[in-house]
Amino acid sequence: MSTRPFRVVRKHRENGDTVTLALEPVDGVPLPFAPGQFTMVYAFGVGEVPISISGDPARPGQLRHTIRDVGGVTHALFSLVRGDLVGIRGPYGTTWQLPEAAPRWGPLRTLGGPLGGHPMDVVFVAGGIGLAPLRPALLDVLAHRDRYRRVVLLYGARTPEDVLFARELEAWQSKVDVNITVDYAAPAWRGRVGLVTALIPRAGFDPEASVALLCGPEVMMRHAASALVHRGVAAERIELSMERNMKCGVGLCGHCQLREMFICTDGPVFTYDRVEPLLALREV
Amino acid sequence: MRTMEQELADHAFFAGLDTEAMSLLAGCSVNVGFRADEYVFKEGEPADRFYVVRNGRIAIEVHGPGVGRVVIDTVEDGDILGWSWLVPPYRWLFDARAAEPTTAVCLDGKCLRDKCEADSRLGYQLMSKVALVMTRRLAAARVQLLDLYGHRGLGEHSGPVR
Repeated sequence: MSTRPFRVVRKHRENGDTVTLALEPVDGVPLPFAPGQFTMVYAFGVGEVPISISGDPARPGQLRHTIRDVGGVTHALFSLVRGDLVGIRGPYGTTWQLPEAAPRWGPLRTLGGPLGGHPMDVVFVAGGIGLAPLRPALLDVLAHRDRYRRVVLLYGARTPEDVLFARELEAWQSKVDVNITVDYAAPAWRGRVGLVTALIPRAGFDPEASVALLCGPEVMMRHAASALVHRGVAAERIELSMERNMKCGVGLCGHCQLREMFICTDGPVFTYDRVEPLLALREV
Repeated sequence: MRTMEQELADHAFFAGLDTEAMSLLAGCSVNVGFRADEYVFKEGEPADRFYVVRNGRIAIEVHGPGVGRVVIDTVEDGDILGWSWLVPPYRWLFDARAAEPTTAVCLDGKCLRDKCEADSRLGYQLMSKVALVMTRRLAAARVQLLDLYGHRGLGEHSGPVR
């Protein structure tokens, strides 16, 4: 899969160090993707990084990436302005799995169909910029809201100023039970302060009829997955988007190897039962 | 009209305590309410009570020169506020402020300490429950110390770079 040029058509500053870029293909050919997938984004002359897609899967004509300025390449991407070009390879990787979304997102791997034909609850657990890869799945669930029962978003950010998609979160509240917590805040903040995992015991969902989608720092996902299992959610219905040192994106270089798996081709989305034994291992 | 014993019995923190213990606890309890921004207690004051939050949210704050006041945790419906009443020197280590109008059950810590001294079984039961809350909050505080959503640990090529 070769690199294609995409043009920045819109840039939105999410917070102090994060922007969302709306990109359109120069050749006009849309880039269909499924929620959970990523692309390799090339800042010309600087380098290439894997970035999860944060856009709406119903709008393949416009690719969206939410990018945090954490290094040389992401700084170059963060600094792009409208009209600039980037290179895009992909989309790559596995997708979030929701029984009600099949077959639109591809064949189901392990989750199986709806329980007894009844719609399920969906629990999104996001930490920091981990909300961005979950956004496509959230938008798809919102677009097909009647196919699900309760939909819960548990979101942890560093501070209130770091909360992503703030205006959208407000808009989603009419259809989704949105719960936000931050690590610390100024006294003017009236919301929650504490770990996102602390929201799990009191969140309104049926653990026996839920699918949980997790994305954030690995330590956060470990704790969150453990709390979900403790609450009664089956490990095979908990999905995590994993991170490892990724370079080629197509399973050749081995940089993102997680024991026998490659994050770029076997993942980034895995079910918890598959990766749980590896999460505590320091040697992988 | 519900009795204080019934109020406490509904709270998960007190689950498993026998009738006699509940009766003792109820004897040390009173309903209280706080307006938004009203302080429940302040750092350094005598810690002679603790709270079971019934409705609302309370911010735990720390203050210091250069940083001002920072909210480091919140407790809300169903949570316990305060354990300094159990440990010498029985002084609050942080400020607690109602982030919104809040109702709670206030338990007299001094009264409870005396009853726990006199009844070791009650003391053990209560200490076990408080220890569980303390353990959870300590674990959470340790994870928060990692500053997981900060820049540390986030590198390029660690992809997908979320």
